Amino acid sequence: MKRSQKIFGVAGLFNTPDEIIHAAKSVSDKGFTKYDVHTPYPVHGMDKAMKLKPSRLGFITLAFGLTGAAIALISMYLSMAKDYPMIIGGKPFFALPAFIPVTFELTVLFATLSTVIGMIVFFFKFPSNSHPLHDTDYMKAVSHNQYGVCIESDDPDFDEEKCKSLLNGLGACSVEIIYYPEGVGYNSLSGKFLWFLLLVAILVSGGTYFALNKLLYIAPFTWMSKQEKLTTQSRSDFFKDEFGMRTPVKGTVARGYMPYPYKGIAQQPATPLSNPLLPTKAVLETGKKKFLTFCSPCHGNYADGDGRLRGQFPKPPSLHSAKVRDWADGNVFHVIMVGQNVMPSYANQVTTDEAWSIIHYLRTMQKAKNASEDDIKEYKKEVTNNGK
Amino acid sequence: MSIDYSREAPVVEGGLTVSQIEELIAKPMDEKPNKKFFIALSITGTLTLFGAYCLAMTFYFGTGMWGNNQPIGWAFDIVNFVFWVGIGHAGTLISAILFLLRQKWRTGIARFAEAMTIFAVMCAGLFPAIHTGRPWLDGYLMPYPNQHRLWVNFTSPLIWDVFAVSTYFTVSFVFWYVGLIPDFASLRDRTKSKIKKTIYSIFSLGWRQSHRNWQHYEKAYLLLAGFATPLVLSVHTIVSFDFAVSILPGWHTTIFPPYFVAGAIFSGFAMVVTVLIFVRKIFNLEHIITIDHLEKMTKVILATGMMVGYAYGMEFFIAWYTGSPVEQFVFINRAFGPYAWAYWIMVSCNVIFPQLFWFKKIRRSIPAMLVIVILVNVGMWFERFVITVSSLNRDFLPSSWGYYTPTLYDSGILIGSFGMFFSLVLIFTRLLPVVSISEVKAVADGAQPSHHGGAH
Repeated sequence: MKRSQKIFGVAGLFNTPDEIIHAAKSVSDKGFTKYDVHTPYPVHGMDKAMKLKPSRLGFITLAFGLTGAAIALISMYLSMAKDYPMIIGGKPFFALPAFIPVTFELTVLFATLSTVIGMIVFFFKFPSNSHPLHDTDYMKAVSHNQYGVCIESDDPDFDEEKCKSLLNGLGACSVEIIYYPEGVGYNSLSGKFLWFLLLVAILVSGGTYFALNKLLYIAPFTWMSKQEKLTTQSRSDFFKDEFGMRTPVKGTVARGYMPYPYKGIAQQPATPLSNPLLPTKAVLETGKKKFLTFCSPCHGNYADGDGRLRGQFPKPPSLHSAKVRDWADGNVFHVIMVGQNVMPSYANQVTTDEAWSIIHYLRTMQKAKNASEDDIKEYKKEVTNNGK
Repeated sequence: MSIDYSREAPVVEGGLTVSQIEELIAKPMDEKPNKKFFIALSITGTLTLFGAYCLAMTFYFGTGMWGNNQPIGWAFDIVNFVFWVGIGHAGTLISAILFLLRQKWRTGIARFAEAMTIFAVMCAGLFPAIHTGRPWLDGYLMPYPNQHRLWVNFTSPLIWDVFAVSTYFTVSFVFWYVGLIPDFASLRDRTKSKIKKTIYSIFSLGWRQSHRNWQHYEKAYLLLAGFATPLVLSVHTIVSFDFAVSILPGWHTTIFPPYFVAGAIFSGFAMVVTVLIFVRKIFNLEHIITIDHLEKMTKVILATGMMVGYAYGMEFFIAWYTGSPVEQFVFINRAFGPYAWAYWIMVSCNVIFPQLFWFKKIRRSIPAMLVIVILVNVGMWFERFVITVSSLNRDFLPSSWGYYTPTLYDSGILIGSFGMFFSLVLIFTRLLPVVSISEVKAVADGAQPSHHGGAH
């Protein structure tokens, strides 16, 4: 390293720990404040000899340790008790005993990392590899087996000759004058640096491209999308017709499907079927939904026979006629299942349960449209009883 | 034999001076490694590659390559995890707890033990990461705000494990690095090679051996030791919660946390002694890692071994004392059932053989010590095997009883983890000072002021 003529300080080397303690004591007694002692390992009693105040590093540890504990508790409270509360093992949402382990770990993590980073960055002002003391014979000696005192030129009492004689008088085995190094400039447009930047850019973009566009499509990163099984449209060598997809065995009935026994009969017989469902709220909701989907285009939203397809289709009958009102549920069901006149069968559109639900909904509409005085009285009575 | 108890036995033997200590410790880094080193590294490297092959097969075909099946859903993955985490406990114990107890003899072995901690925790971390089958999705173990509003379950011991092991690794690593900073500075100032100097300068961060820095440094070391001590106890406690918090007979016991911690120290010390016996011989460090230090470690092994033995006995006592037939069945099955062979390997290796350390001759004999500590390592691996597998193999319904046999891939990954551990240890011995230079210098004869500078 090239050195300038500007003096950083005067450094003296000593051979034994006793001598360095004595030297440190004398230098600090002389009133110097900008000086430092360099030893290959911490020498006991040096704090007192140099009159150093106790280290205040512990405050950083305390502050960040408490921060870690608070972050752990608050985030667990927010996630487990506030954002998505769920009962796990009969514990309360904010289960403090079960949160202790994570709180403890985060306290330790924050405390240790802050202590070390705080010490290195704020107390030592590291990294500082360009400090004047580096690469001097003095530094090599104190790193190895000798002990040194360095009085810096920043000190108000600094005087080159006086310091030299002071250190010699204390029994230093050698005294060295340390100069500031020549300033080393860094050129960010130098060729090497630009090549380095280019290399980094290529590596990062290439790596990202490979990871996102290639790696994720290679097994085993493909979420097991490729498996040893036949999918619906795939070819099979096993079957003669080479279809992976098979037709069901003859006579197979879909789960939950019940064939309608009166299918062949065109005219409504008085089918002995009766509505198996009770007119509960859920059933009526289903009936309403299915009615509005399948029946209302022709029969109208309120079954008045004024559907949206009026004029394009033969006018369908109103379902409020006395004929339909007097029909047994089984008859309506029969019409839904097999159709009537131009109305086709709806057996493929609605399940039997849905058809029965539609019938309940239809009965409700019929009652509402043709309500008698007694019905209104009954209704009012019910509303009052329910307190509505 | 007469011992002079009036003065402390020297920590560094042979009257080594401060500069001799540095020469001795830094020697492996100044020389080119010899043929033996490369032979050793190629053996451990081969084992690692074998493990990597078995792992690759596991990733490609899934964890069905392993022997785990109903009712034994937990087997080698958790056994190896607990084993390696246990090994990792010796390092922090030596560097933190013995530091707080002002045991100067720790200086010779602390650095090495810390390095072993880091490598062992790396091996340990491998197993929970791979047992998920798709380790590239393990990022979901970390809680983060996401659009599914999905959070990890903070009341589960498995998530405590994630926090405990990752914190433990980070803190051990930081502790280790902080100890290395002054040594990097010493190496920087003694090396003649320009490349090495640049590397050491970067890692030393510009350390200047300044006492104004040493003052904060010692404080930081004390604080770190203060935090690492409860941490080391908490980690294996939390690992034991993986078992103890469940309601399975054989696992659901309150003795697990202290029992696991004692076992961890026991196995960790055994592993440290195993490796140190070779290191001190190969690198001529007999004066720094002395027979006295090894003897002290065997005493710790004896003490913790008896704690483990007490726990074995107490488990049986409690099973009888509760009067619960299920609990009693599990323990009788453990000692006399299909896994009796594993149980008795465990008992003899962990409880019976370490009793030989009562004899001073055996405590100071390197070959005897080596045999016993290797047996302890084997026994402690079997302890985790017995706890995990023998509690699961007899389910509540006899129709689902089963017997676990590891497949080639189970064993291959275990062998691979040993290969990885010893490869890292070998590389470490050549790359970094295996003994803390500055700490050992500080405890050499005549290294401290004769009257302590009047500080005490």
